[in-house]
Amino acid sequence: MIWVWGSLAFWLVAWAINTRLSRRNTAWARFFVPTLFGITLLVLWEGMVRGFAINPVLLPAPSAIGKTFASELSVLWGDLVQTFFKGALSGYVIGCTAAVLTAIAVDRSPFLQRGLLPVGNFVAALPIVGMAPIFVMWFGFGWQSKAAIVVVMVFFPMLVNTVQGLQASEAMQRDLMHTYAASYPQRLFKLRLPAAMPFIFNGLKISTTLALIGAIVAEFFGSPIQGMGFRISTEVGKLALDMVWSEIAVAAIVGSAFYGLVAMVEKAVTFWHPSQRG
Amino acid sequence: MRSFLAILTVLVTILGFWYVACIPMNIHEAANQAQRAGEQVSPESTRERRGIGRLALTFKNPDLWHSVYAQDRPQLPAPHQVGVELWNTTVGMVQKGRAFSKRSLLLHGWITLSATLLGFVLGTILGIVLAVSIVHSRAMDMSVMPWIIASQTVPILAIAPMIVVVLAAMQVDDLFAKGVISMYLSFFPVVVGMVKGLRSPGKMQLDQMKTWNASRSETFWKLRLPSSAPYLFASLKVGVAASLIGAVVAELSLSQNGGLGARLLAGSYYGQTVQIWSALLAAAALAALLVWAIDMAQKVTLKRMGFSQ
Repeated sequence: MIWVWGSLAFWLVAWAINTRLSRRNTAWARFFVPTLFGITLLVLWEGMVRGFAINPVLLPAPSAIGKTFASELSVLWGDLVQTFFKGALSGYVIGCTAAVLTAIAVDRSPFLQRGLLPVGNFVAALPIVGMAPIFVMWFGFGWQSKAAIVVVMVFFPMLVNTVQGLQASEAMQRDLMHTYAASYPQRLFKLRLPAAMPFIFNGLKISTTLALIGAIVAEFFGSPIQGMGFRISTEVGKLALDMVWSEIAVAAIVGSAFYGLVAMVEKAVTFWHPSQRG
Repeated sequence: MRSFLAILTVLVTILGFWYVACIPMNIHEAANQAQRAGEQVSPESTRERRGIGRLALTFKNPDLWHSVYAQDRPQLPAPHQVGVELWNTTVGMVQKGRAFSKRSLLLHGWITLSATLLGFVLGTILGIVLAVSIVHSRAMDMSVMPWIIASQTVPILAIAPMIVVVLAAMQVDDLFAKGVISMYLSFFPVVVGMVKGLRSPGKMQLDQMKTWNASRSETFWKLRLPSSAPYLFASLKVGVAASLIGAVVAELSLSQNGGLGARLLAGSYYGQTVQIWSALLAAAALAALLVWAIDMAQKVTLKRMGFSQ
């Protein structure tokens, strides 16, 4: 019981600190407040699991997960390479490149754009993840089928965003390019693509999560004896939930890092946009 | 009208591409069948055929092209094959009076739909509650909001099998287990949209409320909540689509109870490609239906609330 009351007390104290800190608007407070909240969640989790003696088959404590994480580092790294670097990342690069190129190709025909935008928007909302079994059937159990499903999953959100972005330059700016007698490539590279960057990066950021999801879910349908999705589904079968949570922790860290990386590049590329000047 | 023509063109292009793609995808099987039927195929031996690529085999056997559309288990079924399967498993089953038998997509669609709707309702409620507390408490805003955003970079669908197993061990109903995953996917757009919407009243409007001596709750009910409606509906459309994806993936782990996800899984186990594609198209139709329903609700509600569209 001491664990339950202790963690609850920790929660109250942390919340009181956060309430006071949140009145200040310093960079330090903006970093400290969410961090303390995250730590509070972990403490509550640990306290509840220990205090109520919850079966580790249902919910392992964070400390137990940390222990497994530290002792199984090589397995986790192998899974990460298989799923993220081979499957997700290659599919992400191919899919996003293909979508941007398609958008530029479509860009010259307003007719095609009018047709493609609603269709693309619709397809982007579909459960494309469900195509995973088909791709596993076509491209085998290896990472190629995972890359293929990722390509299809990121293609449409990326396409829609890029097409919208290419329309984002203003009439005045386009007129200016016209008075400069700019050729099509000049207009594209000097005005329209830079103006489309906020949209393109929006698509790139959405796609980071989709890529990881696609690669992991595709592994549920068949995989060599490696990969995060494979490990999750087999360890769930063995009821080794501490290992599953370790994989999830890896997925969370990699997913956030990937997103953060794209966001950092975005900051550097679209420094001129109002949302970045803050 | 012009955009209708444009959409139609895109769709016809996709269909055409699909039909053409069927030829190289299914040519190997077509060649095997033709040979068994005693026809001339080049190259002659099965082993040689296995060695050469799809495109090479396609161009060597132009007279086989028509037969790729009539296979039982094609690598890539033609659109009309999927259409026939869809018809047989929905309208065909209704005509036989077995609308909700195990082979009927109507039954599986309904199972998926109920999980989707449960998760969607739970997610919307959770999202609105979180958004309201974030708008009203600075401490909530600063401590919870970063984690909500971070929660979406976690590939949550990967956790679906575990959530399903754990909830099943806790004797929770399967429908609820699926709903939890749908909920996790659908609450995020609602939180983000509602926070934006609840903060959308301008300074002028807030000052107006102040001059009327409105209390905090009056400002909330009479100004903030109504002005968040357009944002809410936009998020609901994203949320319901995400919710459906969650339900389908959850059914991959809970396949014993049926559902579109279970049809996908069964199809992939037994190589029934036509069944996989028809389940996929049924899920697509369901997604379209749900988004359309919310779009209609949005139009009616916003019109009655006096938003100019």
